[in-house]
Amino acid sequence: MTALALLPLGGCAALKLGVVNHAGPVAAGQWHLYLIVGAVLVFVAGPVLLLVPIVAWHYRLANKDSAFSPKWNFSWSLEGLIWIPPTGIVIGLGILLWHYTHRLDPYRPIASAQAPLEVQAVALDWKWLFLYPDQHIATVNELDIPVGRPVHIRLTSGTVMQSLLIPQLAGQIYAMAGMTSQLNLEASRAGVFRGENAQFNGQGFQAEKFDVIARTPAAFATWVGRVQASNHPLDAAATATIFRRSVLPHPVAFSAAPDDLFRRVLARSQESRR
Amino acid sequence: MTQGLWPALLGRFDWQALPFVRAWETPTVSEIIGAGAASIVIVGAIGLMALLTYLHAWRYLWKEWLTSLDHKRIGIMYVVLAFVMLSRALVEAVLMRMQQASAIDAPGFVEPDHFAQLFSTHGSIMIFFMAMPFLTGVINYVTPLQIGARDVAFPLLNSISLWLTGGAAGLMMVSLVIGRFSTGGWSGYPPYTELAFSPDVGPDYWIWAVTLGSVASTLTGLNFATTIYKMRCPGMTLMRMPLFVWTALCTSILMIFAMPPLTVATALLALDRYLGAHFFTNDLGGNMMMYANLFWLFGHPEVYILILPAFGVYSEVVSTFSSKELYGYTSLVLATMAIAVLSFTVWVHHFFTMGQNANLNAVFGIATMTIGVPTGVKIYDWIWTMFRGEVRFTVPMLYSLAFMMTFVLGGFTGILLAFPPLDYLVHNTLFLVAHFHNMLIPGTLYGMLAAYHYWFPKAFGFRLNERWGRISFGCWVVGFYTAFMPLYVLGASGAARRTQAFYEPAFRPWLYVAGVGALILLGALASLFVQLWISIRDRDANRVFAGDPWDGRGLEWSVSAPPPEFNYAVLPQVAARDPFFDGKRAGDPYAAPATYEDIEVPRNSMTGPVIGIVGAALAFALVWHIWWLAILCALGIVAAVIARSFARDVHRTVTAAEVARIDRHWRAAVAEAKPIPRHIETTSANRGLAEVPA
Ligand SMILES: [Cu+2]
Ligand SMILES: [Cu+2]
Repeated sequence: MTALALLPLGGCAALKLGVVNHAGPVAAGQWHLYLIVGAVLVFVAGPVLLLVPIVAWHYRLANKDSAFSPKWNFSWSLEGLIWIPPTGIVIGLGILLWHYTHRLDPYRPIASAQAPLEVQAVALDWKWLFLYPDQHIATVNELDIPVGRPVHIRLTSGTVMQSLLIPQLAGQIYAMAGMTSQLNLEASRAGVFRGENAQFNGQGFQAEKFDVIARTPAAFATWVGRVQASNHPLDAAATATIFRRSVLPHPVAFSAAPDDLFRRVLARSQESRR
Repeated sequence: MTQGLWPALLGRFDWQALPFVRAWETPTVSEIIGAGAASIVIVGAIGLMALLTYLHAWRYLWKEWLTSLDHKRIGIMYVVLAFVMLSRALVEAVLMRMQQASAIDAPGFVEPDHFAQLFSTHGSIMIFFMAMPFLTGVINYVTPLQIGARDVAFPLLNSISLWLTGGAAGLMMVSLVIGRFSTGGWSGYPPYTELAFSPDVGPDYWIWAVTLGSVASTLTGLNFATTIYKMRCPGMTLMRMPLFVWTALCTSILMIFAMPPLTVATALLALDRYLGAHFFTNDLGGNMMMYANLFWLFGHPEVYILILPAFGVYSEVVSTFSSKELYGYTSLVLATMAIAVLSFTVWVHHFFTMGQNANLNAVFGIATMTIGVPTGVKIYDWIWTMFRGEVRFTVPMLYSLAFMMTFVLGGFTGILLAFPPLDYLVHNTLFLVAHFHNMLIPGTLYGMLAAYHYWFPKAFGFRLNERWGRISFGCWVVGFYTAFMPLYVLGASGAARRTQAFYEPAFRPWLYVAGVGALILLGALASLFVQLWISIRDRDANRVFAGDPWDGRGLEWSVSAPPPEFNYAVLPQVAARDPFFDGKRAGDPYAAPATYEDIEVPRNSMTGPVIGIVGAALAFALVWHIWWLAILCALGIVAAVIARSFARDVHRTVTAAEVARIDRHWRAAVAEAKPIPRHIETTSANRGLAEVPA
């Protein structure tokens, strides 16, 4: 019950984990869009929220002063009022939607002077495997990215369909076996952001969360070097362990990962598809 | 045990399938809850049977209700089924919210697997076995009366639909006691529901329950589209039909076109699981996107199947309780048809995040927003209907007002979700859960409850208790806002749906509030049952046999409450849109006819119950791989259909003398009743005769 009393104070803490507290250009764009659409919709919902109680109360049976015309059932001007402005609003919103859907398309590369960091994400039960093809390293349940540089993630699934969601950076995209999908994002400040799988996939679903750690480029390079030097490769045995259905207690980093792992996961179901 | 008599007889059943055995072996809270639920089903079933035996009610029940082909009785049985299933699914919702509120950085008391079954049954039941039976029941009861018909076009088919739905609901209940239910949610997405990931009986229960239910709904759609086209009384042109009939027609057409994709989807999934096909598997060419397309080709129109009849109810209720003609009838009809057509053009918005290109997403996003226009028009039409009226705040009217205010908020968040970039953020989160409850609770449940309060006196001859109606209404509204507004916040913070535990202490206050809201909603349901109990107790004081307690407008109010089996002693003639209301003002709508004629009514038939029960047994046999029983049941269904085709004497005649006796009895009661003005219509003075103001 104390929690209920503290709601006005503590309630906002939750929002800090979401797009309200965006930390990159994509999520910032989404938040911006949120505000625009929200403002427009006030003009859509507002009249109804006002008119319903006012009209109902004013024309209540007990109010003898209100006009009563039981046969009145049509008016062209009202008809115009309820069809034309909403149609106009939807056309306006449609243009906005078209523009923003293309601008914030998860497949669209983020404009930047730097080449994007390539990451391959593999959805597993119940963990995320992130492969860094250019650094030849891999992590499980931790995504490390440099601040200010675009990140291009290609996703697939080694199991059922899952959805990679990073609320403060870019939203989500599905990962499906035998197919690839893509997500572009960028962090504009250093920090630890929450990532998760949003599509239910069984027993360990609720534990399938991971940290997205955004570091300065220098710190990121240091981190890569440290992982590469750690002598903990993603060999056949480690791969078998990772692919087994389980929840890992801690994130893991691998000093070396096979270059073709992503392609192999994809091919497992794709070979037979052709 | 893999060879021999046991699997031949009982398929893949073993003792572990019984929750009692599991609770005995591992007595965790989660297992004990499961065993408790199973006991409630068993004790409830045994108790009900014992009670019926004690009251010697079996014969009455079988002869008067279960085998009845009377659309009114079938309608009432649908609604009873809906209330039973609503109770179960709401209790499950409360369990889930309690679990989530207790599982913030803690395990809680419901284990992950059990929790997954809870959200799967909750969703499946609320859609297929609560909302669908409820609206089908109301359509069944009201439509033939409103179009001046004696029955539906295919009364036997109607009974078969009811019993297939009932059989499917029974299968859901059996899954509580024997085995386990699917954990794949109400949409049953493969490949998760494929053998490779869910080898147990759960998805099979889901497949067959949904298949039976969807076949039943397809048949209902065919039945009511035909009824409305073919059975209208003289003068009831299309543009004179009450708006509820229009929505029933559009819903029926949607059922005809939207249910088959679902049946195909579940059938293909069954082929994957039973015969090793690879439609939706990860390997050998399977592609689950095909399932997503099929499922949502059904799933999106389905929301309008659920919502349109409620729109019809609101149109009737707002007009009646404002004592006014419906504003913009033509507009409302056009808007209804526009919504029905548009509902087939937006299904991709359920998977914007599957990675198709931006053009496609944008087209479907814009199409989605387009539906907002006709929906908004409808809401304004109801506002202008109250305008210059005399609004009475009865319980159905309160639901209508709450609906308009709440639904518009759901529309607001729906437009947000229609924007693909915003959908990327909140898809699959509690925001989505909040949105669709925000549409379906006011848009379906409130509508059906308004219908229940509005037409209950017609169906049973006495009014429901007003005070408890208001208490229940208050709980539904307050409970809705407390339970679901926090979910918008949680969803916008990235809280995934279907989550058994949370690891963010920041979510705690919101989860607590949502939990309290769930309890208030449970209170709302409880007060509905209290209301029913009190109303039955006080029924003699609230009888409205004369049949017109609300100064009604449509034909259904022009007959006794409850109406005679044949609905109309003489089929009505219609010359305007609100025939009864205008008739009361133009002259004497209670003038006795000069002559009566024999009326043919359908004889009772056990074909419906047999097909429903054997159909459910077939499904059960398939779930457990009991092949001999499956073959037997399949043959049984064929045999029942063949046997019925030999029945020649399918009608019973109510003689003219009998019709005259029933009709004159009612007219005498009308003559005796005292007309009452509107401001005392909720008191015991209301005997069902409306005073017509000069
Ligand atoms: Cu629900
Ligand atoms: Cu939809």
